[in-house]
Amino acid sequence: MSLLRIDNVTKSFGGLTAVSNVSFEVEKGEIVGLIGPNGAGKTTLFNVINGFYKPTRGSIIFKNENVSGKKTHKLCKRGMARTFQVVKPLQRLSVLDNVIASAYVRENTHKKAQKVAMEVLEFTNLAGDAHVISKGLPLGKRKRLEIARALATKPDLLLLDESFAGLNPSELNESIEIVRKIKEDGITILIIEHHMKIIMSISDRVVVLSYGEKIAHGTPTEIGTDSTVIEAYLGVAHEGGAHA
Amino acid sequence: MDIKKYLPYITLAVLVLFPIVVKNDYYTHLMILVLMWVVIGSAWNLIAGYTGQVSFGDAAFFGTGAYTAGLMVTKLGWSPWWGLLFGGFMAVLIAMPFGWICFRLRGAYFALATLALNEIMRHIATIWESLTDGMVGILIMQDFVSKLPYYYIALALAVTTIVVIKIVMGSKWGYYFLSIREDQDAAESLGIDTHHYKMWSLAIAAWLTGVAGALYMNYMGFIDPHVVFSLHDISIMAILVGIVGGVGTHYGPAVGAFVMVAVQELFRTGGFGIVMKLAKASESEFIIDMAQVITKAHVMGFGILVVLSILYLPNGFVGDWDKILRFLRLKRPNNMDNNDIDNIGEAKP
Ligand SMILES: Nc1ncnc2c1ncn2[C@@H]1O[C@H](COP(=O)(O)OP(=O)(O)OP(=O)(O)O)[C@@H](O)[C@H]1O
Ligand SMILES: [Mg+2]
Repeated sequence: MSLLRIDNVTKSFGGLTAVSNVSFEVEKGEIVGLIGPNGAGKTTLFNVINGFYKPTRGSIIFKNENVSGKKTHKLCKRGMARTFQVVKPLQRLSVLDNVIASAYVRENTHKKAQKVAMEVLEFTNLAGDAHVISKGLPLGKRKRLEIARALATKPDLLLLDESFAGLNPSELNESIEIVRKIKEDGITILIIEHHMKIIMSISDRVVVLSYGEKIAHGTPTEIGTDSTVIEAYLGVAHEGGAHA
Repeated sequence: MDIKKYLPYITLAVLVLFPIVVKNDYYTHLMILVLMWVVIGSAWNLIAGYTGQVSFGDAAFFGTGAYTAGLMVTKLGWSPWWGLLFGGFMAVLIAMPFGWICFRLRGAYFALATLALNEIMRHIATIWESLTDGMVGILIMQDFVSKLPYYYIALALAVTTIVVIKIVMGSKWGYYFLSIREDQDAAESLGIDTHHYKMWSLAIAAWLTGVAGALYMNYMGFIDPHVVFSLHDISIMAILVGIVGGVGTHYGPAVGAFVMVAVQELFRTGGFGIVMKLAKASESEFIIDMAQVITKAHVMGFGILVVLSILYLPNGFVGDWDKILRFLRLKRPNNMDNNDIDNIGEAKP
């Protein structure tokens, strides 16, 4: 059985259908890339998966349980964590406190929560910034803090929303390495990304959304040669020139 | 700075000795008010400063506590001191259904709901005459002639409040409250049941505020709906105590309580009568009139103080302490000015 099944999910905002009848599965242990042009509905799909929105139609099956409309914090306890495209650090708290706050989901004492937090900060190369107030962190590190916080909740499924956007080349390599290590630890990853090269190199499978609909689904090689995708997605990206 | 570490203990020692050394009923009375406001201000700071759910309606809880204490006497014939126990409990009983419904609202909408609660409670106390005697209010005999017992009970409550909030903020709950304040969506996705923990924060705040109300009934001996459910004398004052001292700082409300009671008294008495004396000395009708207006306009003085403190000390006296010292040229400028705010949640490995 798959860890996550998205079953005919539709999400509309009034007249606008942001996600339209999308279905796919994520198997345990794999990295699935979710790509598509701006406004394709990727973030909205994440918001449906992690319970911020109830799907207008369809359902989300997580660990063999229909979780559509379940509260976000409950899903986190069940083993689903996410990062935000527009980072949401707990601004006036230190980096360490940010991560401790999320470690408390599984740990009961401050000592244990802090231990988990420090391990996660080591893992994400943020230990040196543990006592920095997170408002003052540069974007690259804030993106990593998002990952660190999510990891501290000890998830089975990690939803990464553009964790690589806005990073410089060395930060990019650092983050790719971290994502690889997360996978090695047995955590399943669903990742939204615009950098085509990265997504093709780290994903086991790729799902392509365009205007809310799933237009393709397959291995990176299959997707890379799919004419619909090249037209709908790569074409847009090249013309727009916004993302390479 | 080492002195900072011992300051709370030194302050406590001074407070314990204060009424014995000063032996002045008027100042002791003012200090009882200060200590009561330490409780209310700290409670407001918990829900608004730490949890980010700004309350404009603390009087709802304060009045409930005060009326509980009063009604124990008039309806049950018990000692009003039971109010210290049941007053807090009743305030929580009011707070829970309110929070359960209104914590679905965010930001300003929640603040407006607390304002409404304040008004609803005041109207209930006014209209339900068979229970509360309405506008007539409740008059009870005070248990002590001396102010000392009240002073020490108030001191004990203030210290308990500060210790309780310190413990709470150092625990998982403290992390959760701060997370909710910083970003509710992030908090939810980190596994925090934001609705649930907002309720806990409100429950603690309501409890403490209700106890302060019960103390007020015991000490003043008289309450009516306009006094204890007052939007401006209680609810707004609670906000001022929090803001002036420093929102989201541990000792901010204590400092704020002291400053605000002093300011209130200064305005109420017209600079302890000095303004009127000087005006009369000038023998000018106009100046005497002006002086009268000024002494009566203490509400406006409050408003001006808030505007000034938000403009120049947005983090309050405690949060902006370094800034004040620099202004007074007691300290050289430094750039490491990560003000005191929030070092409550700070963990040292
Ligand atoms: N809360 C909302 N209310 C109304 N419309 C929304 C809401 N959230 C998203 N949308 C709309 O849904 C569509 C999909 O947006 P979404 O953020 O999911 O796209 P995306 O694929 O994540 O894009 P990007 O690559 O730019 O992040 C957009 O047209 C957006 O304007
Ligand atoms: Mg997006």
